[in-house]
Amino acid sequence: MKSMRVREAIREAIAEEMERDERVFLMGEEVARYQGAYKVSEGLLDRFGEKRVIDTPITEAGFAGIGIGAAMVGLRPIIEFMTWNFSAVAFDQILNNAAKLRQMSGGQLSVPVVFRGPNASARQVGSQHSHAMEHFYVNVPGLKVVAPSTPADAKGLLKTAIRDENPVLYMESETLYSVKGDVPEGEHLVPFGKGRIAREGKDCTIVSYSRMVHVALEAAETLAAKGIDCEVIDLRSLRPLDEDILVQSISKTHRAVVAYEGWPYGGVGAEVVDRIQRLAFDELDAPILRVTTLDFPMPYNAKLEQHVVPQAQRIVEAVESVTYRSV
Amino acid sequence: MKEPKTALDMYRMMLLIRRFEEEAARAYSLGKIGGFLHLYIGQESIAVGAAHALKPTDSVVTTYRDHGLALARGMTSNAGMAELFGKVTGCSKGLGGSMHFFDKEHRMYGGHGIIGAHLPLAAGVAFASKYTGDDGVTMVFYGDGSASIGATHEGMSLAALWKLPIVFVCENNQYSMGTSLERSISVTDMSKKADGYGMAKDRFVAEDVFEVRDRLQVAVDRARRGEGPTLVEILTYRYRGHSMSDPAKYRTKEEVEEYKNRDALNRLRAELDAAAETRAELEALEASVEAEVAESIRFADESPEPTADLLESTTYAGEFAR
Repeated sequence: MKSMRVREAIREAIAEEMERDERVFLMGEEVARYQGAYKVSEGLLDRFGEKRVIDTPITEAGFAGIGIGAAMVGLRPIIEFMTWNFSAVAFDQILNNAAKLRQMSGGQLSVPVVFRGPNASARQVGSQHSHAMEHFYVNVPGLKVVAPSTPADAKGLLKTAIRDENPVLYMESETLYSVKGDVPEGEHLVPFGKGRIAREGKDCTIVSYSRMVHVALEAAETLAAKGIDCEVIDLRSLRPLDEDILVQSISKTHRAVVAYEGWPYGGVGAEVVDRIQRLAFDELDAPILRVTTLDFPMPYNAKLEQHVVPQAQRIVEAVESVTYRSV
Repeated sequence: MKEPKTALDMYRMMLLIRRFEEEAARAYSLGKIGGFLHLYIGQESIAVGAAHALKPTDSVVTTYRDHGLALARGMTSNAGMAELFGKVTGCSKGLGGSMHFFDKEHRMYGGHGIIGAHLPLAAGVAFASKYTGDDGVTMVFYGDGSASIGATHEGMSLAALWKLPIVFVCENNQYSMGTSLERSISVTDMSKKADGYGMAKDRFVAEDVFEVRDRLQVAVDRARRGEGPTLVEILTYRYRGHSMSDPAKYRTKEEVEEYKNRDALNRLRAELDAAAETRAELEALEASVEAEVAESIRFADESPEPTADLLESTTYAGEFAR
């Protein structure tokens, strides 16, 4: 094991895969000379040269499409969005080209492209830079979507993503880039479709992913002090989704809260609730609650932003409700 | 007659495309083909001229008006017609339909239904050629209706910036669905857009398939030499409506007749008929086209439909992600 930050783990995954496979390249705004808007790609230009670490103009639809086209004929592009918010102007490329080329061609083509970048809220970056974009993309057959919360998973999931034959959307968090943790030495791959128990517990399951795993763990500590022992699941992979880990945990705790960033209408949380009620209805002792971003565009004001973003305290209240401690 | 063998080959392909589509239109009216059917009739000299300017190792990408280019690149009539009929023997196993002809073997990468979105994709294919140094050139086709949308601009911007080996062919058939050129774009000479990108450009009428081939050849050679993209605007005309549901009432009968009088297919046939060495070949050649199209209809009709077990493996490579 060695300790590193999420930022370094992502960089190491990219560098190892570029070392291993000539077809892998990194493309995006400010990834080369500027060394990455969030310094994820720092040093990669020096190491791999401008043929493989490529600055683009501000043309998300253009370079997303180039990544898809290059992948379609055999390359392994890693396309960085400075933030996932900007993928909205490339949405058509991801929806209509990346996800559908294989099907439209009757299975002749595959599109092994990785799109990555920071997602969801940061700190006071306002309504147009705070979207949790995964909810739009998980809906689309043909895509895979992953969102790590630790340095080890950040590295392992990205390496798996680069080797996958399908388009993979890899969601980071600006607020996690400096989080430290142990990463296994040597070849480290994390499979898709496998969640992780971030904390074991018996009274209630908190299902989460990405930054919210850390918030869920904080809530679990508060609840432990109140005598409620929570299990925290880090989904890691949103599509495919690990149904087994959900069913196993709910079979033990019989209660669940799903905590994530994103608006309450639909989305990943609603999907998790549907899977649990469908697969483990008889195990449930209470309705499942969701803790989401409140149903507003993100306000700039710091206090209002914190009000809108899901907080540990809201998770605590939801868990108290489903364990009938608050009534 | 210059290049008599090539002239006969090009005539055969142009005729095949026209007869293929006329029979497809008939099958459509009989309910054998569903959804949209956008015919290329009138524009055949462009796909055929282009195919003769490219090597088999080059790539093409086009819009939903894609049957002609697919056939010109070497897709069989059977695979094309079966796709229109929604059969599993079709080029895209009956999952793509008229708008999504794909033929990886012949480097025909679609068949795209979102206007302009295929230009960045094609730039990606060209990017891969530059990255791997495989000497390939990509030719991407789009209509006058694609000229104003954002993805077209981004695809051209990046291709020009990085000097990608690509040729942008604007098939200006003068109507974006029912909206005429002057009602849809402020500068109707669309080749002028090349100036803004620092690209080479060309502009001509598609009446002579040899001219189409030769002028596209200049652009292809330029791309292959590493001198970057060219924007080639080719003025053409579609004789039918935008799709089968369009009676094209926004055009006058006289206008359509005027263009039909300058038909590139008829023009080439007249030239072939005027030379003794090629005249002798015409009858057998035309009969072989009729037989091929008739066979494609029979093949498509009798082929089995795709079954639902195909859906998972064509959505994801490997295990399905749900």
